[in-house]
Amino acid sequence: MLRVEGLSKTYRTGDKALSDVSFTVPAGQVVGLIGPSGAGKSTLIRCVNRLVEPTSGAVYLGDLNITGMSQRSLRRARRRIGMIFQEYALVERLTVMENVLSGRLGYVPFWRSFTRRFSAKDIDKAFGLLDRVGLADQADKRADALSGGQRQRVGIARALEQDPELLLIDEPTASLDPKTSRQIMRLLVEICNESGLPAIINIHDVLLAQQFTERIIGLQAGVVVFDGPSEDLDDSVLTRIYGEEDWTAMHRKAGKDDEEDQDEDEDGREQEERLAGLV
Amino acid sequence: MSDANATTGTNAEPRIWKRPPVLIRDPRWRIAIYGGAVVYLILAIASVEVNWVRVYDGLERGWNFIYGFLAPDFTSRWTDISQGLIESLTMTVTSTVVGVLISVPIGIGAARNLAPKPIYLACRAIIALSRALQEIIVAILFVAMFGFGPFAGFLTLSFATIGFLAKLLAEDIEDIDEAQAEAIRATGASWWQLVNFAIQPQVMPRLIGLSLYRLDINFRESAVIGIVGAGGIGATLNTAIDRYEFDSAGAILLIIIAIVMVAEYSSSYVRKWVQ
Repeated sequence: MLRVEGLSKTYRTGDKALSDVSFTVPAGQVVGLIGPSGAGKSTLIRCVNRLVEPTSGAVYLGDLNITGMSQRSLRRARRRIGMIFQEYALVERLTVMENVLSGRLGYVPFWRSFTRRFSAKDIDKAFGLLDRVGLADQADKRADALSGGQRQRVGIARALEQDPELLLIDEPTASLDPKTSRQIMRLLVEICNESGLPAIINIHDVLLAQQFTERIIGLQAGVVVFDGPSEDLDDSVLTRIYGEEDWTAMHRKAGKDDEEDQDEDEDGREQEERLAGLV
Repeated sequence: MSDANATTGTNAEPRIWKRPPVLIRDPRWRIAIYGGAVVYLILAIASVEVNWVRVYDGLERGWNFIYGFLAPDFTSRWTDISQGLIESLTMTVTSTVVGVLISVPIGIGAARNLAPKPIYLACRAIIALSRALQEIIVAILFVAMFGFGPFAGFLTLSFATIGFLAKLLAEDIEDIDEAQAEAIRATGASWWQLVNFAIQPQVMPRLIGLSLYRLDINFRESAVIGIVGAGGIGATLNTAIDRYEFDSAGAILLIIIAIVMVAEYSSSYVRKWVQ
């Protein structure tokens, strides 16, 4: 369980990114964090594992006070928080397997990681995860040889390799096409539901957020202006978060997107059949 | 109708546009500064004295030199040349290896995004010192301290390598993709693990490329510092020129050119391979 209390962040330039943000994420809940560019979404999830130091406020992971701890205990806390990034943030010149195993860095001493001698258990888990995200045969490829969707799957496997108690997900679909975006979101939500893992997904695509998350937090200029079930996200709420706009077109698009989704599934099946013919 | 005219501007005066001045806005300052620079250049060139008689004499010596190139003599001084070459190559390889080994920690320390402020300043100071002192000056100093011979050359080149490689490595580390480092940091990795997993893969190809580049710079420099007594092929070359044996000198220069070219081609091949 994650508890954020009165979190504020003012950058050295004087920009106030977050002011007095509070919320709680219970086990197993997937929260979508939406808001316009510059609303502080990225800052908020980075304050949770202190990649960005909050100015005031507190973050609790279970009973652990993350904001109050020393650098050493912070590293121990970070290994319990998996993070997934917008541009995948894989180490491009390392292999897929090394990227996944880097999720264990917080658990193994330097020499073991330097010589890449991870325990059999860690390696077994990594293979299991690559299997789970559908990349079992790519383990020894270099990360920069993969496509965008595949890279994000490696990013997911790396986060899960940490045995996390919480997932922080920063714009997981921003660099992906609509179909791959949906596949990645579906995978993320499935994984969270399977293991009761709470997650905060920072996402700018409102439709995706509504489709895949049960709860939505809307951020506007560093302030929480909406926090509720995703069904409650109507035109007035969207206006509160993003400002005045004609939102009706988006609902129409939402309806159409669902239809397209089905078409895509059929396409996928067709392609599989075609590929089967080739083998 | 009138609206269309307003937007397309058919009836209106054609509007003119000129690029605004790039560096100096005020035209008076612009003329004064550019004009002053041109006048100074003309005066400076006029003040260089040229002794044309001496130039004519020099042409003949220059011709002898070129003639030495055209008819290089590899054989009569071969033992001296081969000994100088072996000394130079030994000096080059050892000083590059030692220089690279010392440069890596200093380069990491001089990267603002990795090192704490005091270490950063100390490492930058070492780099500045190494870069401020030209190889020949350092060589003279080391020859005075440790006597003639390749050991002084080895120390000089190691010292020069540190300034060159540590600076460029530090800059490369400061230019890395921060997202990759952030991702590794987010897993709870320690500082050493961060360097090993996020920094090293990103800078390794450039580090290898720079080391190979420094290897051939060191070989060329070994020929120069030999002239001030630091051993190697430079000492042999110096002796040959002193004795007016331009044919042997030409042979030595040809060998240097050949070795540098081999290093150049093989290093570009290796750089492509490590990408």
